[in-house]
Amino acid sequence: MSDVIAATRERAVLGTSPTRPDAPAKVSGQFDFASDLTADGAVWGATLRSPHPHARIRSLDISPALAIDGVRTVLTADDVPGTNSFGLISSDQPVFAVDIVRFVGEPVAAVAADDPETCRRALEAIIVDYEILPALIDPEAALDPATPAIHPLGNVVRHQRIICGDPDINGEVTVEGDYEIGMQDQAFLGLEAALAIPDADGTGIELQIATQWLHEDRQQIARCLGLPEESVRLTLAGVGGAFGGREDISLQVHACLLALRVGRPIRMHYSRSESFLGHVHRHPARIWMRHHADRNGHLVKVEARYVFDGGAYASTSSAVLINAVTHTQGPYRCENAVVDGYAVRTNHLPCGAMRGFGVVQACFAHESQMDRLASACGLDVLEIRRRNAMESGDRLITGQTVTSVAPVRRCIDETEALPLPDKAVGHGDHPYSLPGGAGLTTDTTDVVRGIGYAVSIKNLMYSEGFDDYSTARCTIENGVVSIKFATAEVGQGFVTLAGQIARSVLGVDEVLLEPIDTGVGSAGSTSASRQTWMSGGAVKEACELARDSVIASVALARGVEPGQLELLGTEIVDPIDGWRIAMTDAIQGVSVNEEAVYRHRPTVALNELGQGACHTAFAFAAHRAVVDVDVELGLVKVVQIATAQDVGRALNPISVIGQIEGGIAQGLGLAVMEEIVQVDGVIRNASFTDYLLPTIADMPPVEIALIEEPDPEAPLGAKGVGEPPTISSTPAIVAAIRDAIAQRHPEATPLSRVPVRPSDVVDAFRGLRPTDHDR
Amino acid sequence: MTGSKDDREFELTVNGKRLTVSGAPVGASLLSVLRDNLGLTGTKGACEEGECGSCSVMLDGNLVCACLVMASTVTEASIATIEGLAASGTLSRVQEAFVDHGAVQCGFCTPGLIMAVSDLIDRQPNADRETIREELAGNLCRCTGYGRIIAAVESLLNEGDL
Repeated sequence: MSDVIAATRERAVLGTSPTRPDAPAKVSGQFDFASDLTADGAVWGATLRSPHPHARIRSLDISPALAIDGVRTVLTADDVPGTNSFGLISSDQPVFAVDIVRFVGEPVAAVAADDPETCRRALEAIIVDYEILPALIDPEAALDPATPAIHPLGNVVRHQRIICGDPDINGEVTVEGDYEIGMQDQAFLGLEAALAIPDADGTGIELQIATQWLHEDRQQIARCLGLPEESVRLTLAGVGGAFGGREDISLQVHACLLALRVGRPIRMHYSRSESFLGHVHRHPARIWMRHHADRNGHLVKVEARYVFDGGAYASTSSAVLINAVTHTQGPYRCENAVVDGYAVRTNHLPCGAMRGFGVVQACFAHESQMDRLASACGLDVLEIRRRNAMESGDRLITGQTVTSVAPVRRCIDETEALPLPDKAVGHGDHPYSLPGGAGLTTDTTDVVRGIGYAVSIKNLMYSEGFDDYSTARCTIENGVVSIKFATAEVGQGFVTLAGQIARSVLGVDEVLLEPIDTGVGSAGSTSASRQTWMSGGAVKEACELARDSVIASVALARGVEPGQLELLGTEIVDPIDGWRIAMTDAIQGVSVNEEAVYRHRPTVALNELGQGACHTAFAFAAHRAVVDVDVELGLVKVVQIATAQDVGRALNPISVIGQIEGGIAQGLGLAVMEEIVQVDGVIRNASFTDYLLPTIADMPPVEIALIEEPDPEAPLGAKGVGEPPTISSTPAIVAAIRDAIAQRHPEATPLSRVPVRPSDVVDAFRGLRPTDHDR
Repeated sequence: MTGSKDDREFELTVNGKRLTVSGAPVGASLLSVLRDNLGLTGTKGACEEGECGSCSVMLDGNLVCACLVMASTVTEASIATIEGLAASGTLSRVQEAFVDHGAVQCGFCTPGLIMAVSDLIDRQPNADRETIREELAGNLCRCTGYGRIIAAVESLLNEGDL
């Protein structure tokens, strides 16, 4: 991962779009992803998983597996030397099941063998006698105190109310609706993989791993291994995407346990089907909302009830829930609220972090509501949003004042102003551009074009009093500037940005990025749209300290006060005495080692009434979707997405555009195709054949307006940009589909569930509720 | 019996070199033989059922998913992988276009897409955007939303007009 970034014609500083330092290796197939790693003497690890959503383990016999030639070991819960549990917030998930399994896919045992095929045979040879127990699969039932607890910590992971203003006030106009969001998968392409290398004396381990948060992994792993944290060293292996799905432990502990037991390096890889079982997903949610407004469309009160299905283990469910309930009002002013939110435990797949983190679910509901409210008030869908648009200084329903730059109105206006598709429906120049694509199933007479809008607010960074920080180190030795951090590069491009920051602050053109590992303090997680702000802030501060140190040494040598000198571009200048020295010369012979820890301002936990400044900062976005719908077959083609996004400052415009386009693709996936389907607690589509992802043919052109109002609270003026594109793109697309259906069938039932399937479109006007089918 | 080790070695022609494969399980896919037996890890696996295109290679001039090809059936074929696309330390024009246009994020889909795009511009140097989208629909990318990938491909196709 070390790359010297060569100087280019244009200085690759902040505000430019230099190419990624890792791009040449990535396009050549020379970049090592976690699954590409091996070591001398390495053997393979694999996991035995429960086939049942809820069962008691009557007996477990590993002896047939141990008898197979080439099998090195088989581990179960009895072999965990430390704590047999892990978890990001609550340590409630066993490394290996003890007595009870709680979801299909729960690890029961792990094997090490000489090759993957022998691993497979060993897993088949292990005999587990299960007594099948009734599975809790209805999240509403999980709320019923009469339902037996499926976990010692109970079935309700968290309940949070928000009571704001006058809870009994009513508006002249009210609209309400029930909404449902399906379970989405992160579907990063680079499957879970790791290489675990035990120390020769067996007292420590090195783990090369694709993860989002090296130090959190280390803490959880060390606890399970019963080792001090310093004996567990993690290095970031090449990460093939993450999107929240690598924030939790998957194979980390298993790989380390096997390696320490066998005394050899362990390679461990998940298959795609195992990956669906092995990481957490986006929470499916059921949401009821009622919006109150005066007859001019000004919001008076929001009421909501959320039930988030967290699956068998807690993961980040409590934080996801808090994000949802605190974003109920959307990017709109509202002074009164009554909100109840529950995150519950079921025997479904565990759910946790995915891009948007609870706000995706809330936004689908509140934006669907805003369209209903517009209709009830006789207002245009944009007009009602403009009338209620939040501004900086407004108070949220949590009592928190929004201090971030809040250009909601600009997001709406600039989205609307972006050009619409130049071709009318049915006048595409290619038959593949109609709904159904190359299937050529569609007759243009049944295709209706619809347009929909949605707007979002998203918190940035961690919330509720979490001590959120990032660390970076800048060293200068022998005229070489090096930057070290533990920030997980998962594809987002922090490695590019770190170089840009260092060049901008230090006035040099060559910067060496050191390996990303636990040899420096924590950077926190690559999640919550936080690394540009947090690790960007840490790199900036470390480089500023280094710069000041260099200037001080130049001042000393010249016998002037350091305050007399300043760095202008690539030169240290003395404006009084009238001399200058190039920074590349100034750093020769200087030895600098500066470390900085960046913290954002503290936040607080919500109280019982959901009051408290629990979030750090906010970013905003608006989306417009244009869709063509075959209203006879229910086929949808997204024709164009337009978006204006509040980015603070575009530090690397091409990277920002890449985040926006990529985030929209995931929002489109949730809108019209992506859902993990579970029947009686059993996943039915754990493959890319059955879990559909947007292809290049599904993804329309995206028109983008970057709104650059630098945020004074952000160390670089820039807001995180990763999540907003995924949040309001989904409701915009669904609004557009509703618009198309309504043009042909004004009496149709508004769609209220994502993803929207063809049958949902057709049922909407056949008098069926779009969700009546068995799923 | 599936999974047993086959004592017989076989040979494959990869990137113009005749290579000996030994120790591969009977029925091993070309993907696993390239990666695990020949050490050519530039070809990636992400679904192992022909849905994602990450393992795209050229087989006798045709773009295929290496995960769907049984290695021992292609001993007489000419196989081209990402490692053979450009001389060591250099980039092909497709690779350069991906670097320059921001078409790479995590990069896991990239080798497969580079193979597919190289094939596309060879066969259809004048492809329009719908054709590009249809031709590349077998290669999933989860990071980019494809926008910069299309920009990279169009930059290659437009070269002829300059």
